[in-house]
Amino acid sequence: MPMSASTIEAAILAALPGATVELTDLAGDDDHWAATVTAPQFAGLSRVAQHKLVYAAFGGRMGGELHALQVTTVVPK
Amino acid sequence: MSDANSRISDLVTANDVVLFMKGTPLFPQCGFSSRAIAILDHCGVTYETVDVLQDMEIRQGIKSFSDWPTIPQLYVKGEFLGGSDIMMEMFEAGELQQLMDESGVAKVG
Repeated sequence: MPMSASTIEAAILAALPGATVELTDLAGDDDHWAATVTAPQFAGLSRVAQHKLVYAAFGGRMGGELHALQVTTVVPK
Repeated sequence: MSDANSRISDLVTANDVVLFMKGTPLFPQCGFSSRAIAILDHCGVTYETVDVLQDMEIRQGIKSFSDWPTIPQLYVKGEFLGGSDIMMEMFEAGELQQLMDESGVAKVG
């Protein structure tokens, strides 16, 4: 079950207010996404903790409804 | 502790580097697992892999064990390092190779 770019972006923004999200459709099938997320909430966190914040935005849908999301996290300068 | 948890705990304690993946190093069944193998091979370290597609208990168990929703997952010296995105970020920054060196992980050959 694919997830649209606007749904993905809205979920991330709801979980991480003030973040910026850049999405790339890797396979052109609405099902394999790459997201670069820049969020002030990442400051001081390990990479694992940063990625967990992004995954948490999707609740249990990550790995199921949302099959593939390649995540890059960036701390704003 | 459930069976799955103790099995996973044994695996990551007994081996310096463990990759939980879909498929095998020669025949990865997912692009992310394939990328994780390529990164480990570039690091030139020895590693164990666990094919979660052959083991439903581990496939479900590893997600709660690591509190991480996706496969692949890399463990070094019993510590959860992350999935393939974090492996790639660390590799490109030279941090993964440095961590392997500092952890005294055996090199190939």
